[in-house]
Amino acid sequence: MNKKIQVKNLNFYYGNFHALKNINLDIEENKVTALIGPSGCGKSTFLRTINRMNDLIEGTRHDGEVIYEGKDIYAPDVDVVELRRKIGMVFQKPNPFPKSIYENVVFGPKRHGIKNKSKLDEIVEKSLKAAALWDEVKDRLNSSAWSLSGGQQQRLCIARALAMEPDVLLMDEPTSALDPIATLRIEELIEDLKKKYTIIIVTHSMQQAGRISDNTAFFLMGELVEYDSTKKLFTNPRDKRTEDYITGRFG
Amino acid sequence: MSRTIGNSKKNPSKKVYIAELVISKILFIFVMVSIATTIGIVWILSYETVQFFREVSIIEFLTETEWTALFNPPKYGVLPLVGGTLMIAFFSSIISIPIGLGSAIYLSEYASKKTRKILKPVLEILAGIPTIVYGYFALTFITPAIRNIFPEANIFNALSASIAVGIMIIPMVSSLSEDAMNAVPDSLREGAYALGCTRFEVATKVVIPAALSSIIASFVLAISRAIGETMIVTLAAGSTPKLTLNPLESIQTMTAFIVQVASGDIVYGSVMYKTIFAVGMLLFIITLLMNVISKIIIKKYREEY
Amino acid sequence: MTNLQKRKLQDKIFHILVLSATLFGLVVLVILLKEILNDGLKWINIDFFRNFASRFPRKSGIKAPLFGSLWIIGLTALFAFPIGVGSALYLEEYLPKNWLTNLIQVNISNLAGVPSIVFGILGLGIFVNTLGFGRSILSGALTLALLILPVIIVSAQEAIKSVPKELKQGAYALGCTKWQMITGVLLPYAMPGILTGTILAIARALGETAPLLMVGAVTFIAYTPEGIFDSFTTLPMQIYNWTSRPKVDFHHIAAAAIIVLLILLLGINSLAIYLRNRYQSRMSR
Repeated sequence: MNKKIQVKNLNFYYGNFHALKNINLDIEENKVTALIGPSGCGKSTFLRTINRMNDLIEGTRHDGEVIYEGKDIYAPDVDVVELRRKIGMVFQKPNPFPKSIYENVVFGPKRHGIKNKSKLDEIVEKSLKAAALWDEVKDRLNSSAWSLSGGQQQRLCIARALAMEPDVLLMDEPTSALDPIATLRIEELIEDLKKKYTIIIVTHSMQQAGRISDNTAFFLMGELVEYDSTKKLFTNPRDKRTEDYITGRFG
Repeated sequence: MSRTIGNSKKNPSKKVYIAELVISKILFIFVMVSIATTIGIVWILSYETVQFFREVSIIEFLTETEWTALFNPPKYGVLPLVGGTLMIAFFSSIISIPIGLGSAIYLSEYASKKTRKILKPVLEILAGIPTIVYGYFALTFITPAIRNIFPEANIFNALSASIAVGIMIIPMVSSLSEDAMNAVPDSLREGAYALGCTRFEVATKVVIPAALSSIIASFVLAISRAIGETMIVTLAAGSTPKLTLNPLESIQTMTAFIVQVASGDIVYGSVMYKTIFAVGMLLFIITLLMNVISKIIIKKYREEY
Repeated sequence: MTNLQKRKLQDKIFHILVLSATLFGLVVLVILLKEILNDGLKWINIDFFRNFASRFPRKSGIKAPLFGSLWIIGLTALFAFPIGVGSALYLEEYLPKNWLTNLIQVNISNLAGVPSIVFGILGLGIFVNTLGFGRSILSGALTLALLILPVIIVSAQEAIKSVPKELKQGAYALGCTKWQMITGVLLPYAMPGILTGTILAIARALGETAPLLMVGAVTFIAYTPEGIFDSFTTLPMQIYNWTSRPKVDFHHIAAAAIIVLLILLLGINSLAIYLRNRYQSRMSR
């Protein structure tokens, strides 16, 4: 197995609150890794340590290491802007910018210095196709992104992340604000995307984790209780707490 | 996946970071402009005021009852100017506070949504009319009306200016008080209505007490605003510093005196030039104190719903 | 009369009282506008815009103050807009919430309560005399810029606060630097709100008289300004000058100038309302 990201002895604090307790885990390349657990268990916090989005919150600190491309991403010489280009992120609520569909997709590339119009056109087509949205919007690329449906908006956000050519895609409950049909489309898309990308997804739905992920990590109160292949974790959990959660005894 | 799109090899480079740093420094300088303004005001007022008190005793300034700075021999007792200012503040409050509060009660408790939508912009328009226009109105409309009723009134009199200042301040009292009343949760009103209260009782026994501190703070601000008002009193209240209780007489306020000196021929550095700053300092301290008091009232008695 | 009837009557009387308080504003507004139109309307013609001030009311016009007002307003906006928006950005996006932010915020809200004449004294002391800009357009515009700065900062802060944090995070997640996030997402979203606040502040500057009397003083000017070091007069200053003269005809041309001033203000405020409505309709889409 090819380790894309290695997390070693990671602790994370919001002020005095110990949000992540000594996490150790390896993320496999070109696999979908699901993070599950009851709300407040630290799964989203963990996701956001991987692209250092937590840096934006005041009063947080961490210790331990997150190794990506052979290097701790929290090392002082790591450029957080460069890091976030390689590790893309899709949020819980679709958050397209109040601009056209086209401008949303090229938002990142433009800011990283691509000015050439035909190059940008190429990026838009490629990214929208990869996000399975191209056929629905190719005739109205200049209309507002806010005119799209919720599911389309979320796929646009995925396209926007893909346009940066990331290596890893982080998804924070990407379907929780969507209806079942839109959810299904995103799940199919994830299935497709993992051929090219390493995907880490936070989900509140056990069924979703079961359907789409290869590996699953179960978090509880800031601890990583169990991490295994999804199949094994769901059918034969080692820890009693995992079993209780999966069978719906709590959470 | 082919790596043709984007050029991920290109580092966002030092240039971007230097730009970020420069921008944040520029913005920091911008923010310091407002600090510098305060320092500038305090510094220039204190500096020239200290100069002023080298030539005029501070005791005379604060206790003498005659102000004849522009005549010979000059007398520098600031009390007549303070008295004139307070008279304007008092009589304008008699207009602005009850009418402003009344409109706030009507708009927040009685008016239907539709009426509110029509009447609120009227108050906003009144608030947007420049003070010089109120000054014109005071001199050409209010003063003749007053002299119809009280023929003994001077052409320039404190009452006319007070009425115009009061009208000018109504929108401020009204909108601040209305905001305070709107912040009172409907559950309190519903509770009172459920007990069979009339709207009058709900307004006066429930809503106003609940919003009282912000309402009183708005009154303090109204008085502070009247003290600092300049153009109306310069045009309509006269230029004769006088300690009097009769609003039909001509008086002079601190602000009007400052304008009078500044619009004449003043020599930079003369005592007369310095009087602007001494009187300005007093005005600044009084209005600052009142603004601070209104903030303390809001903070100390903040309603917790 | 039963107790209930008494209470109902009390409610009715109070209703009438507070309604009349509200209508008082409307009545005053109507009388004020009617008076001014009555006095001034017949004096407005082409020559009124083409002539300079004169000791003969019939020959007087507002060419100099009109140009002066436009110069002053333009320059004021040029100073106050970038500094105001920049300050708001720094307070909301750069500075961590600590004692310094608090101090700056308290300072800004106190400045907003300082009487405008005190800003005039500041302008006289610092710009006119200490820095030696003289009684010039530059001194006037700097003074007004400082006067409206707190208003612009506070309204820009409100507009910036209204930007959803999901959008900001979205930009950061794409590897944007802070300034790229600000120019790419935050400012385009907040701009209508920022502009509305700025325009209202500039309308206020257009009507200000007292601070400019301190800084400008010269009110008889028979030329239009050509540079920022020229002396100037503005519409409100000219209105003051004409109103303070005893002759009634001068009052009437003051009224005519007031009509012009009010129309300018109406135009500016309509622009702000238009922007606000466009903003709101975009939000609800």
